[in-house]
Amino acid sequence: MKNQNLTPAQIEALHRQRNMTIKRVFAQSYLWLLLLLLYAPIVLIIVFSFTKSKVFGNWTGFTVQLYENLFTGYDRVAQVHVDPNLYHSLFYTLLIALIAATFATLLGTLAAIGIFNMRQKRRKTIQFLNSIPMINPDILTGISLFLLFVFLGISRGLTTVIIAHVVFCTPYVVLSVMPRLTKMNPNIYEAALDLGATPFQALRKVMMPELWPGMLSGFILSITLSIDDFGVTFFTKGSGGLDTLSTFIYADARKGGLTPELRPLFSLIFLTMLVLLIIINWRADKQSKQQKK
Amino acid sequence: MNKLTAIFGSRRTWAWPYVLFLVLFVVLPLLLIFVYTFTDPQGHFTLRNFLQFFQTSEAVNTFIYSLAIALLTTIICLLLGYPAAYIMATAELKTPAVMAMLFILPMWINFLLRTIATVELFNMFSIPLGEGALLYGMCYDFLPFMIYPIYNTLQKMDKSLIEAAHDLGANGREVFAKVILPLSMPGIYSGIIMVFMPTVSTFAIAELLTRNKITLFGSLIQRAFGEGGLQMWNYGAALSLIMLIIIGLTSFFGNNDDAADQKGGLL
Repeated sequence: MKNQNLTPAQIEALHRQRNMTIKRVFAQSYLWLLLLLLYAPIVLIIVFSFTKSKVFGNWTGFTVQLYENLFTGYDRVAQVHVDPNLYHSLFYTLLIALIAATFATLLGTLAAIGIFNMRQKRRKTIQFLNSIPMINPDILTGISLFLLFVFLGISRGLTTVIIAHVVFCTPYVVLSVMPRLTKMNPNIYEAALDLGATPFQALRKVMMPELWPGMLSGFILSITLSIDDFGVTFFTKGSGGLDTLSTFIYADARKGGLTPELRPLFSLIFLTMLVLLIIINWRADKQSKQQKK
Repeated sequence: MNKLTAIFGSRRTWAWPYVLFLVLFVVLPLLLIFVYTFTDPQGHFTLRNFLQFFQTSEAVNTFIYSLAIALLTTIICLLLGYPAAYIMATAELKTPAVMAMLFILPMWINFLLRTIATVELFNMFSIPLGEGALLYGMCYDFLPFMIYPIYNTLQKMDKSLIEAAHDLGANGREVFAKVILPLSMPGIYSGIIMVFMPTVSTFAIAELLTRNKITLFGSLIQRAFGEGGLQMWNYGAALSLIMLIIIGLTSFFGNNDDAADQKGGLL
């Protein structure tokens, strides 16, 4: 009877500690349960990337056949080519993301500098306009742009999709660059002009070095948003056969069968992101530890 | 030349290209939704498109049903997501940042493919694809959008306020109801907006999750533009305007800039 040697206060403390431990176990199990539900479909995609059955969810034995098909573009066993539209849509997804993100970053950075230097009232108005594409659901952005292109008689295709992506990416660039401007010394631009720099030189040599972290995060954010988009692309791509991965998957699923090579493709994308995040976290961890020292 | 330098030297002018861009590709397109709503294919003024919606009971029912599904999804996400965010922000996890990352990572897989995988998961366990599957899939897709903003607000919360409340004699429940919950309201508002807006407007997710058995308002709009042909565009515009009104009303409830900021942080 060890308890007999303890004061009542100590016993209470022990009880509280035990209750806390139980609470913590419950709390953590809840998180892991949610994560399990969140990851179940993804695990399913990865597991079924290692079987060659055409029908998703049908296990026909372990093989890396689909990975081989994905990289060679040819199914050796069935002697058929992998749907070329898969590669086209992958290519266009990346192309659109890169071009749209580049334009959005340039347009958004200039806009952020301009807005930052505006008077309060006008600044509020433009910030309101800037927030519309962020708040608008993709279906409304898509349809309103669809009506615009029809109204102006512009045939839909690659250009219209890129414009549409710039529309919903730029506001995020503006938001990522703005905080850097607040931190910056407002006088160094004028100082550069006084010392004889042209506005362009002052922008490139004085402002850019201060702003680039914001520009970079805006650029990466734009790429992500662009790659992930479905609704806006769907309404602005036209019927000329242009597809991104999103619209390709949608059309594929509506037809009934999903191109099996999508499974290894997205397994690889997911694993790449996982490794990247681990590296970024690990480096941030190391840096913060070094700073503490 | 000096004049040009003066114009471009003033940094205020640097926003002009973007302002022009916004007017052309954001304001004008939204105005066109109004124009198309109140005209017929010949371009004459009419209220027919608007009335057609109120006279088609199927459309009105779909609209109400979509609102209900979106509300229910938002409530479920809040009930599931708040405890998760709370645990992540307060419990002494060894690696809270990694935990937060784990909740965001699934979003890197295309959401349509994830939805299809969810459908396969249901098939494997022979669960029928109906309303339950729809709700599950919607919550599944948008839960991270609820957890992240709440987690962010809770994490930035001044922890000494909780200690102060304890010291002043509040019990656990009172501390939560009177200190923690009120302080996390901004995150809750952002979360509600970020879940409700996309769920009320989605079309692809519902089609895939229920194999077209259940039609949501977003699908009605998409069909008007996709399969309806030219004369249906005006009707589709009217439906879009109704959606726009819902979005406008919702955005009054929270700080939009904050919601947008959160969305940016999430990706």
